[in-house]
Amino acid sequence: MSILLELFLTFFKIGLFTFGGGYAMLPLIQEEVIAHKWMEIEEVINFIAVSESTPGPFAINCATYVGMETGGVPGAICATLGVVLPSFIVILCVARFYKQFKESKIVSSVMTGLRPAVIGLIGSALVSMVVTVFLPDGFNLGSIAIPDLLVSLAIAVVMTILVFKKVHPIIIIVLSAVIGIISGYLLN
Amino acid sequence: MKEKLKNCLTLFLTFLKIGAFTFGGGYAMIPIIEKEMVEKHKWIKSEDILDIFAIAESTPGPIAINSATFIGYKIGGVFGSFCATFGVVLPSFTIISIIALVLREFSDIPVVKYAFNGIRAGVLALIIKALYSMYKKAPKGLFSYILMGASFILAAFTDINVIFVIIGCGVAGLFNTLVLKRRAEK
Repeated sequence: MSILLELFLTFFKIGLFTFGGGYAMLPLIQEEVIAHKWMEIEEVINFIAVSESTPGPFAINCATYVGMETGGVPGAICATLGVVLPSFIVILCVARFYKQFKESKIVSSVMTGLRPAVIGLIGSALVSMVVTVFLPDGFNLGSIAIPDLLVSLAIAVVMTILVFKKVHPIIIIVLSAVIGIISGYLLN
Repeated sequence: MKEKLKNCLTLFLTFLKIGAFTFGGGYAMIPIIEKEMVEKHKWIKSEDILDIFAIAESTPGPIAINSATFIGYKIGGVFGSFCATFGVVLPSFTIISIIALVLREFSDIPVVKYAFNGIRAGVLALIIKALYSMYKKAPKGLFSYILMGASFILAAFTDINVIFVIIGCGVAGLFNTLVLKRRAEK
């Protein structure tokens, strides 16, 4: 299958099964994009930071980025079109009967199952990211770089506290970058 | 006809602005969309906009795109929804395409590598926060906790595709409300 078609179909699937905003797409991105070897998990995490520091929805940013990396500008167009199209089609269908849709018992019942599912799935995505960040070389005891691990741990803990104190995400990213650079030069 | 074209152009430009200046993704866009559509252009009544966002959340696809398509349709029909969606997508598309090119050039420089080592740890904090906010807004109760746990375990420890987990949980929600609860009421 040509890479362009594959990008389009994969992101179409991702768009079709994402419910909610923000990171709801993350588990699907992880599964599909990593399974296709279009990105590694570290790149996905890097990309979350890029997406938080640039305008626009995560979904579009991600589709464009993966498309661009794997298929250049045509790839970016196909992936973005793919992720947008399910929304576009579904909303056009729903818009005519949105009163019925809103009051539909079926829709609200399905949502009572989907909301918790998305939380569990993002939780699982988070765990695999935690493992990647803290143990980039896997569980092999001999290869664990203790100083690097401690720096990452310290950044994660401090930033979590700051995030809950409502510090803006961009400041979190800049601070983490600065600490990363300083400790990188001190440790190497 | 002329009026409609003018509206579509305004839709495109308004969503272009929303796409270009909102940081933090779909949820960050909601208050800005509301302000533009309800207060500034008076295209949509404030009680309707809440319905639109509720539907954008319960239909597949990113919430920003859903809202743009829906609002565009209400104001300018199918062409209107195209204009609004194209507007909200275009800034992201342009900016990220450029970044993808730049990032590739610089990703092997030590400073950039070290910076991203730090950033990756910081990103965990952002996801923890997002997860916590979602959890606070999610339905509570035994059924909900079971689904959270089950989908976590299936995704973390098995090879089952997350799409099947999502479908399964949707069906479980439907079954729980329409069959089990109804039986309990009888």
